[in-house]
Amino acid sequence: MKKFAQLFSELESSNKTNDKIAALVNYFESADEKDKIWCLALFTGKRPKRPVKTTLMKEWVVEVSKIPDWLFLECYSTVGDLGETLSLLLPPPAQIHDKPLHQWMEEIKMLYPHTDEEKKAYVTEAWNGLNANERFIFNKLIGGSFRIGVSHKMLVNALARYSGEDASSLMHSIMGKWDVTTTRFTELINGETINADNSRPYPFCLAYPLEGEPEELGKITNWSAEYKWDGIRGQIVKRNNEIFIWSRGEELVTDQFPDLVEAVAGINHDFVADGEILVVKDGRVMNFNELQKRLNRKTVSAKMLKELPAGFYAYDLPEFGFEDLRNRPLTERRNKLRSFWPQTSRLLLSENLGFESWDHLAEIRQQSREVNSEGIMLKRLDSPYHSGRKRGDWWKWKVDPMTIDAVLIYAQKGSGRRSAYYTDYTFAIRDNDKLVTIAKAYSGLTDKEIMEITRFVRDNSLEKFGPVRTVKPELVFEIAFEGIGYSSRHKSGVAVRFPRIARWRRDKSVDEIDTIESVKALIR
Amino acid sequence: MSHKPLITFTKHGIYCPQGDFYIDPWHAVDRAVVTHAHADHARYGMKNYLCHEISKPIIQSRISGDFAVEGISYGKTKTINGVKLSLHPAGHIIGSAQVRLEYKGYVSVVSGDYKTGDDGISTPFEPVTCHEFVTESTFGLPVYRWLPRKIVEENMRNWVVKNQQQNKTSVFTAYSLGKAQRLMVALQSLGRIYVHSAIAKLNEVILQSGVQLPEYSPFQLGSDRKNVQGQIVIVPPAASDSEMIRKVPKTATAICSGWMQVRGHRRWQSADAGFAISDHADWDGLISAVKATGAEKIHVTHGYTEPFARYLNENGFNAQVVKTRFGEGEE
Repeated sequence: MKKFAQLFSELESSNKTNDKIAALVNYFESADEKDKIWCLALFTGKRPKRPVKTTLMKEWVVEVSKIPDWLFLECYSTVGDLGETLSLLLPPPAQIHDKPLHQWMEEIKMLYPHTDEEKKAYVTEAWNGLNANERFIFNKLIGGSFRIGVSHKMLVNALARYSGEDASSLMHSIMGKWDVTTTRFTELINGETINADNSRPYPFCLAYPLEGEPEELGKITNWSAEYKWDGIRGQIVKRNNEIFIWSRGEELVTDQFPDLVEAVAGINHDFVADGEILVVKDGRVMNFNELQKRLNRKTVSAKMLKELPAGFYAYDLPEFGFEDLRNRPLTERRNKLRSFWPQTSRLLLSENLGFESWDHLAEIRQQSREVNSEGIMLKRLDSPYHSGRKRGDWWKWKVDPMTIDAVLIYAQKGSGRRSAYYTDYTFAIRDNDKLVTIAKAYSGLTDKEIMEITRFVRDNSLEKFGPVRTVKPELVFEIAFEGIGYSSRHKSGVAVRFPRIARWRRDKSVDEIDTIESVKALIR
Repeated sequence: MSHKPLITFTKHGIYCPQGDFYIDPWHAVDRAVVTHAHADHARYGMKNYLCHEISKPIIQSRISGDFAVEGISYGKTKTINGVKLSLHPAGHIIGSAQVRLEYKGYVSVVSGDYKTGDDGISTPFEPVTCHEFVTESTFGLPVYRWLPRKIVEENMRNWVVKNQQQNKTSVFTAYSLGKAQRLMVALQSLGRIYVHSAIAKLNEVILQSGVQLPEYSPFQLGSDRKNVQGQIVIVPPAASDSEMIRKVPKTATAICSGWMQVRGHRRWQSADAGFAISDHADWDGLISAVKATGAEKIHVTHGYTEPFARYLNENGFNAQVVKTRFGEGEE
C-alpha cells in the first residue's frame, strides 16, 4: 500500500490540477496492474459495500485508546473526518504490514460473512501494523469517501496522458460497467470493454454573462431568447441504439436518469442533443433542490422516479444522423431539432421566447423566477455550436439575486479542509421580539473574514450543542439568494434557494436586520 | 487552604498578591515576570520585566519604550517580598521558562507555554514538583500526538531533497522566534538557508546572547530572487503569501505547526506540505507534565481547556479552567 499512500499524500498536498494529474500518471506508470484497477475502482466509487460498520470501528478505537466517549466526540468534532479521527487516536503501531493495495481490498471484501468479533480481530490487527497515514487510508478502504478532489474528469485526463487514449472514450470506459475482480487494467483503458465511437459527446458551447445592456447587442431580429434553466446542462447521445447522458462536467450520468434513457429509446434517430436536465412534474419545472435529491446516488429508487420525474429541455442539436451540425447556423439546428423531437412531458423543447423589444424581454426576464428559471439565454440566430466559451454569440442574462440582511446566530466548524474554522453559519431575521432562523450559508467570505468570525465565535459563544455554537447576535450579513418560498424547515416558515453571503455588513447593527414581514413580502 | 492564595487570576493577568507582581500580564503593570518572549506572553507596556537571561535581549529588541528588564538564569532564586522566585526550563523556545513561586512552603508553578520533547536548540523541559500548576492546553486533545522529532525532521529533509531534485525552492512558514531557529538546525547542511528580515533580526539578537545557530543569509528582495533557487527559505506566517515569496520562480511551500497534524488544517492552509512540528506539548506530553508536578491543583489555560480539564478531573486530578488571553495570534 506504500505506493497508494504516497499517491494519496501527493494528491492531498497540492491544490494544482497539474500536480495531481502528474501524481496520478506517476502512479499509473509505476504501480502493479492489480493495484491500478483497484485505484480506479476506488476513485470512481466502484467499491465494495462497507463490510464493517463505522460505529463498531469507533467502539474498537475507544476501547484500544482507552479514552471516554465524550472525548472521542470532541476529537471527531475537531478533526471532522471519522476515518482520520480513528487513525489519530490509535496508539503507535507495534509492527509493519506491507501488503499491496489489491491484497488489502481482497481481504476487506472477504470480511462480509464474518462475525463482528472476527472483523474486530482483523481490523485491529491491521491497525497495529500501519502508521497513522496508512491507517487513515485503510479506514477509507473499508468505506467512506476520499475527498481529495479527484474528479472523474481529472482521473480521465491522467489516464489519457498515461495511455495516449482519447479522453472521452476513457470516460466511457471507466464509467461503464466493469467488475474490478475480472477486468484487467490495460483492457479497460484500451477501450476493449466498450465501443467508444457510440458515446463520444461534443465539447459544450458555453455562454458569457451579459455585463452591459442588451441594447448593445443590436437588432432584436438577430437574436433568439429562451429561458435559462437551472438544472444540469447535459448532452444526450444516441447512436446505434446506445444511449449516453453526459453532464457538462463531462461525466457520464446515464445511470442516474433511467427515466430519461427510457424516453429517449423511443426516438428512431441517431443524434446528439444539448439541453438541461430538470425535474419536471405536471408540466412544471421544479426547483434545483428537487433535482439534487436525485444526484450522486448509486441506485435511483422507484419511489424517486415517481416523485421526482426527470425531464430534458432540449436547446440545440450538435449532431443528427451521424452528421456534425455544429457549423450550421443555430436556426437550422433548431429547425432540425423541432422536426423530430417528440415534445412529450419528459422530452421538452426549450421554447423561443417571442419579444418585441429589449424592454419587453427585460420584463419577461423579471418574471423568469415564476417558472423556476434563472433568467434568459440570448443566442445569435446564425451562431455555430462553438467548442467551449466564445464571446459574442451566446449570452446569459440572469436575474439579479434577492438579498436580505440577517444576523449570525449559530456557527459550526467546517469539515475537511475547513475543519479548523467556523465556516458554516446559520442566520436569523426578526419576528417581533424573537430571532428566527432563515438560512444556512457556507460561502461568500474570504479566508481572512472567516478567521475573524472564528475568533468572534470563540469569544462570544453563548451555548454549545455538540459542534454547534450559539453566538451573540451581533454580526450582520447581507444574504443573497435566487429564490424564496414557504417551508417548514426553518423556524421563520420560509426557505431561500442558494443562499450565500453577499457581504459582511459591518456598518449595520442587529436592530437593522430584516423582519419576517419584509422577507415574506418577497415571495411571489 | 489556610493561607491566602499564592497566585490569583485577575483581569490584568496571573497575579501574586504576596509578591505584588504579575506573570505574563496582558495589561500594563509595574512588575511583570515573563515566561518567554512571544508576543502573547511578553506584552508591551510594563515598567519592569523579569525573565530568563536569553529572553532579555529579545524583549529589548521587540518591545519599544522606556522600561527595565532583568534577566536571570535557570535555577537561580530571587526573593520578592518574601516570595522565592526561580525560573526553570520550559522547553518551548530558547529562553522559555516555568516560573516557580514559593512562600511559606507552598509552591506554585506557572509554566507559560511548554513542550516536553527536546527540540535540539532550547534547554529541555524540566518537571518541577509543586502544589499548584498552571498548564497550557494548546493541543489538549488525544489526536495531537507528535511523531518522534527524528522522524518529522527526516520527513522535512526528504521533502527539501525532493524539491531540489525538481529544482524547486523550499519555502517554510514558521514563527520567527523559536520555530524558525529550530528549523534552521533541523535543515542545516541541505542547502543555503535564507531567512526573512524579521527572522534575521531575531537571529542576530539570539547569536549575541551566545546561542549557536547554523549559517544563514537574510533574504534580499531584489538580488536573492534567483540565488534562492533550490535552496531553503524560512518566512514568518504573515509573509507566507507576500510579494517576496510570490516573486521566487519555482517554490514548494510547507507549514510547520502542530495544527498540521490534522488533514483539514493542512488543506485549509493550501500549502504544498504541512509538517506537524510544534513547540507545544502534545496530549501525552501535557499529561506526563501534569503528573510529574504532583500538584494538588491544576489550572488549565489557553487551548482545548474544557476537554483537557474534564479529562484531568475524571482521572483523579483537581483541575479547573482559567480564562486568559494567551494564545492570541500565536501558532
